[in-house]
Amino acid sequence: MQSDIILKMEGICKSFPGVRALHNVDFTLRKGEIHALMGENGAGKSTLIKIITGVYQKDAGQIYLEGRPVSFRSPQEAQDMGIGTVFQEIALCPNLTVAENMFIGRGRDRFVHWKTMNGKAAEMLSSLGIPASPTQELASCSIAVQQMIAIARAVDMDCKILILDEPTSSLDEDEVQKLFALMRQLKARGVGIIFITHFIDQVYEISDRITVLRNGELIGEYEASSLPQIELISKMMGKALSDVSSMKKLEPGKADDSVPVFEATALSSAAGVRPFDFTIQKGEVNGFAGLLGSGRSESVRAIFAADKVTGGEVKVNGKRVKIKSPLDAMKQGIGYLPEDRKGDGIIDELSVRDNIILAMQVMKGFFRPLSRKQAEEFAEQFIQQLDIKVPSPNTPIKSLSGGNQQKVVLARWLLTQPMYLILDEPTRGIDVGTKVEIQKLVLKLAAEGMSLTFISSEIDEMLRVCSRMIVMKDREIVGELSGTNLTEQDVMQMIAQGGK
Amino acid sequence: MLKPKTRFSNLSNLFLPLSVLAILIIINLIKGADYFRITVVNGAFYGNIPNILFGASELVILSVGMTLVTAASRGQDISIGESGAISSAIFVQYVLRSGNVTLWTILVGFLISCVAGIVIGAFNGTLVSFFNVQPMVATLILFLGGRSIAFIIDGKVSPILANEISNRIGTVIPGVPIQTPIILTAVFIVLVAMVLKATNLRLYVEAVGINPSAARLNGINPKRVIFLTFLIMGVCSAIAGFIAVNKAGRHDSVNLLKFIMMDAILAVALGGNSLGGGRFGITGSILGAYTIEMLNRTLLRLEVNPEAIKVFKAVFIIVLMIVASPVVRAFVTQALDKAKSIIAGSPLRQTGGTADATGRKGE
Repeated sequence: MQSDIILKMEGICKSFPGVRALHNVDFTLRKGEIHALMGENGAGKSTLIKIITGVYQKDAGQIYLEGRPVSFRSPQEAQDMGIGTVFQEIALCPNLTVAENMFIGRGRDRFVHWKTMNGKAAEMLSSLGIPASPTQELASCSIAVQQMIAIARAVDMDCKILILDEPTSSLDEDEVQKLFALMRQLKARGVGIIFITHFIDQVYEISDRITVLRNGELIGEYEASSLPQIELISKMMGKALSDVSSMKKLEPGKADDSVPVFEATALSSAAGVRPFDFTIQKGEVNGFAGLLGSGRSESVRAIFAADKVTGGEVKVNGKRVKIKSPLDAMKQGIGYLPEDRKGDGIIDELSVRDNIILAMQVMKGFFRPLSRKQAEEFAEQFIQQLDIKVPSPNTPIKSLSGGNQQKVVLARWLLTQPMYLILDEPTRGIDVGTKVEIQKLVLKLAAEGMSLTFISSEIDEMLRVCSRMIVMKDREIVGELSGTNLTEQDVMQMIAQGGK
Repeated sequence: MLKPKTRFSNLSNLFLPLSVLAILIIINLIKGADYFRITVVNGAFYGNIPNILFGASELVILSVGMTLVTAASRGQDISIGESGAISSAIFVQYVLRSGNVTLWTILVGFLISCVAGIVIGAFNGTLVSFFNVQPMVATLILFLGGRSIAFIIDGKVSPILANEISNRIGTVIPGVPIQTPIILTAVFIVLVAMVLKATNLRLYVEAVGINPSAARLNGINPKRVIFLTFLIMGVCSAIAGFIAVNKAGRHDSVNLLKFIMMDAILAVALGGNSLGGGRFGITGSILGAYTIEMLNRTLLRLEVNPEAIKVFKAVFIIVLMIVASPVVRAFVTQALDKAKSIIAGSPLRQTGGTADATGRKGE
């Protein structure tokens, strides 16, 4: 029994100036188990992981690796002891080959023996069932395969512990399954896997055990099979069960039938989406549903002219307008929260204040800057209104957690008072609490008369928010669903049947 | 809520140039206690400090432009000296061909040279923003060819600019105690400060420099912003060329503002700005420029052999850059933190704010 435990952490504490990140946290990982580490943003998951991997040093507590007390002073030491990590963003070189990505920087040899390296890589790839060839360029693999190669690199030969931090956030359902197959295989070999994700269904699909953290403290360790989903959510959020279940029942927004706020005919863009028609009414919340790569993001980007618009006609409030650039769209009262928060949303080094006022400032014009005081007031107003957790409006946005960053981008668009707001994956990679807050906000805005398009990879989330779903497949609209009794099944069915 | 820290972080960006200035002053004071002495010659101030302010005029103006180009385009303009040589050549030709030189002539000539600077800036800016050429490569063209163009405009070696007004612009105006280039530089700095205050230049440039894609999705046209910074750089080069040629009293197309881009880039870096673009501080660059001039003059004052002066400068800069590097900074911060915690002798205080708040709500 005792020998089953590979990693045991006891009473781990870690503080940063002004913040207590971890307080007296225990964590146990057994051989051949998949252990989900759950918690909202800021719960201390990342800090715990960084202590295990030697990025941070603990302030207090003990770590035992296979019964021996250890302390890692650097990531290299942790790696040498058999702890492999794969982070959310794939840290590989896309222009190198698969084999190079797996081995370069690992070996002790000064020279590269290409043949042996490729041979070893081929062996590992086939034993793990990864569909890639060693000499293929990494960029030519799908994101899922790249993710798997990152895992293969981390696992290497004698890995005992594998840490996966949000490995599935950029994968679609099919790819997730492939990744899970790989995880199960590693589990069978006796590797202990720590799995961090925001997708609760995935936790139940694959994990044996769940550890919940909240506000830097251990809430408990549970067998996945004996902890109901709803209870897990309530433990993560620190709220009573009844609160959580009441949140799940939200009234979908209702539309009225006057002139559409926005209407597009045969709209197409350089990003390669087929010409499509689209309308949205005042106070309506609709959404584009479909798998990753189905063209849902490309469609909304075409509406906002984020990609070059190549054809089609656009009417705003019944009047024909030309939207050729994001600025044109903004002037027509359209806002767009992009899918890629880091790449397209936040300006990471700028302050929260500047990030909030950005779009509004641009709409006001180059020669009409807001006064510092005005900017400060706007920022404070939204920090309060959206409950953004930030020490001061002057804090650079990059130091905020994902959920708070997303709220800042939301605040940015709310400040422009749009009549039509497009939200592309506003809840991706953020904690459950903020997710629910954003969903509620969407419905509230719609009730106040704003039109919104809401896109999410999680269909049940869309079902909760949208009154109408436009279903896409292979860059084409295959159908539309509306009504209050829609289920995930209906959407899946339409995707499966559509576009024959 | 924690107190905002930005005021201090702004200061910490100025830490490097300020501390270097302090070190240089100390060295100079050791060399001779009369370092700050200012003498009055013909009603104008002279001395080490006025000399530094005077000598650094062109560099200060150019480093302001360089800061903006760097922040927006994430690269540097290496043709600024050549650009200044061309625009000032045009200025000199205009003045020499207009016969009777009045203040009006000089002013028109100056404005024409500014237009020339804008044209040059537009050329560089087009290459960088619309054709996506790396800034250094794009400006390499004029770096290589610019002085020949200036020479062709001159038509002969070093045309002499001998008139009373130019002389006054390059040295002093009788009755005014401060040398004219110093005043012009001060006016320029005030103008830049006003532009930054009255427009969104800073927000646009920083947004584009940090994340052009996000900037575009917020309605900013990154290409136009980068183009604009090159236009501003062109104007800065023209002003610097104007001051340089009036100081020299002749247009030496080979040596005017030669290699000044190196010092300008260094001034930007010394000022705590990232050469990879993004956030920028003009004050830092200006201080950096004055620091470089002070360094040059300190080495002269220490009677370093003129041939060896560049070596000394290089060594000094290496030491500086290492001291200011993130590695050393992190090390120092860590050491300070440790020292503090030892002195305090207690663990960090906890912020029990949230617990209190919820507790009160419950009551």
